[in-house]
Amino acid sequence: MNADSRADSMHAETIRIAFRGRLGKFTLDAAFTTPAFGITAVFGPSGCGKTTVLRCMAGLQHLEGVCAIGADVWQDQSRFLPAHRRPIGYVFQEASLFPHLSVRRNLLYGAGEAEGNGIAFDTVTALLGVEHLLERAPRHLSGGERQRVAIGRALLSQPKLLLMDEPLSALDRDTKHEILPFLERLHESLRLPIVYVSHDMSEVERLADHLVLMKEGRVIAAGPLHELQSDPHLPLAVSREAAVTLDAVVQSYDQGDGLLTLSVDGQPFLVPIAAAPNGRLQRLRVAAGDVSLARERSTASTILNIVPARILTATPLGSYEMLAVLGIGAPEGPARLLARVTRRSWERLDLREDIDVFAQIKSVALAPARSEVR
Amino acid sequence: MGDLSSEIWTAVRLTVELATSATIILLLVGTPIAWWLARSRAWWKEAVATVVALPLVLPPTVLGFYLLVVLGPNGPGGLLASLWGADTLAFTFGGLVIGSVVYSMPFVVQPIRNAFEAMGDRPLEVAATLRASPLKAFLTVAVPLARPGFATAAVLGFAHTVGEFGIVLMIGGNIPGKTKVLSVAVFDYVEGMQWHEANIVAAGMAIFSFIVILTMTLLQKRMARVGE
Repeated sequence: MNADSRADSMHAETIRIAFRGRLGKFTLDAAFTTPAFGITAVFGPSGCGKTTVLRCMAGLQHLEGVCAIGADVWQDQSRFLPAHRRPIGYVFQEASLFPHLSVRRNLLYGAGEAEGNGIAFDTVTALLGVEHLLERAPRHLSGGERQRVAIGRALLSQPKLLLMDEPLSALDRDTKHEILPFLERLHESLRLPIVYVSHDMSEVERLADHLVLMKEGRVIAAGPLHELQSDPHLPLAVSREAAVTLDAVVQSYDQGDGLLTLSVDGQPFLVPIAAAPNGRLQRLRVAAGDVSLARERSTASTILNIVPARILTATPLGSYEMLAVLGIGAPEGPARLLARVTRRSWERLDLREDIDVFAQIKSVALAPARSEVR
Repeated sequence: MGDLSSEIWTAVRLTVELATSATIILLLVGTPIAWWLARSRAWWKEAVATVVALPLVLPPTVLGFYLLVVLGPNGPGGLLASLWGADTLAFTFGGLVIGSVVYSMPFVVQPIRNAFEAMGDRPLEVAATLRASPLKAFLTVAVPLARPGFATAAVLGFAHTVGEFGIVLMIGGNIPGKTKVLSVAVFDYVEGMQWHEANIVAAGMAIFSFIVILTMTLLQKRMARVGE
């Protein structure tokens, strides 16, 4: 293998983004690199420029910069591919179906132009549950159905990259929960990188593998979701809703007690939930406020999950609270927990960095199944 | 009476021919202008829009005068006419069509422009993200979505051409079978004290106008429902 092809194969794995420019009073200066697989969430408060980044990636907006997916460069100093020449799918916040076309013709609108590489019509309609809607006009669909058709339409244009701009934010709570499973299935069944813009952390926790954090037109961090969640220098870990997601594998199920045992890097977790097949990958969510710390393993407690852990860093939160980042499972492994405890308890137990403690986890939420088998 | 009615029918036929040709040309010329006015960000586009809208307020005589100059033997129209051995476009059916197109342009451009503007950027952006070239997006998305605007434009362009008078008189004269359209015929009958004939034509045009506007309103309502 020569140097060039090695560089190519390295690039093939990443999405490289850098945009800079002014839009009215707003200045965007955003650059990040993210793997070209899985779901990358671009997260930040409203008005931070995340939608602009996505529009620039699609070629719908033209700011100076670089946009490359693997070895395909769509934009740099010397070139700018217009939107219709980029192999993308784009899902807008509102479904934006063509009102004058039936569901079927909406779905097929971009399919004619694409060189088929295997996302079949029947697969998509089945995946999104829209087979029974094909002959309808968009105005006779519910909000959730419309958004599903819009996602299907984007997929059938055979994209190499799917861009989603807050596809759930215009929907009510129930409809959101109707669509989320489709997005998860999409993620599992299609090998298609997705960049997903959102300002809703719960969506990000459910869907994202990688995270790009934005604030006021700049990228403040980019990396694997769990790393950014547990970084005390970033706003996520110190927020009131701080939580970590853990990738766990189903180990066993206790029928009598209704408890599922999952393993996170060898560390077992018990979760009261319905059975799941052994070996299945599950995502767990543990909120910082649900984790307390103890010096000794308490045996007289109703808490199911008491996990040996090491305090890696400690950060004061205001005057009365401490945030501890804990390492669990395999020593130096990647799994982290966050614990938010009072300053008084912290001092009473004489807690500090680099000591071993027990993390008592009051509740572990299970993000829905991700059926990939490791 | 037979003579008279054949005279009226000649005027009717001529009017319909004129309005039809003018409407077709208006749609062909007006659509790109409307598209440009709706989409362009050029600072001077409103100046162009104003020029297009001028016939709304200019007296037909002023417009007619300029058209006469342009179409006449010493203008570009005369030069064009010399291609087929004539020396002027004034007082010809062709000249009348050109005059009608200019005169009715605002009635065609405005509704189409409004329709293009009302649909916003989104449908075209969606089309672009689905690999549609700008031409394909225009033909398969913009035009179908702007259908109500096109319907209004066609009906207004046609009806307004039928109803024009001053311009026809200025650049067309009153030549039976060539430039004598209905609106001029009414004027002619009234001048000649032929009240009965004037009445027939005038009433016919009033009814025609009523039907046109009513049809257009109903059509628009329906299309707005379909296009939801």
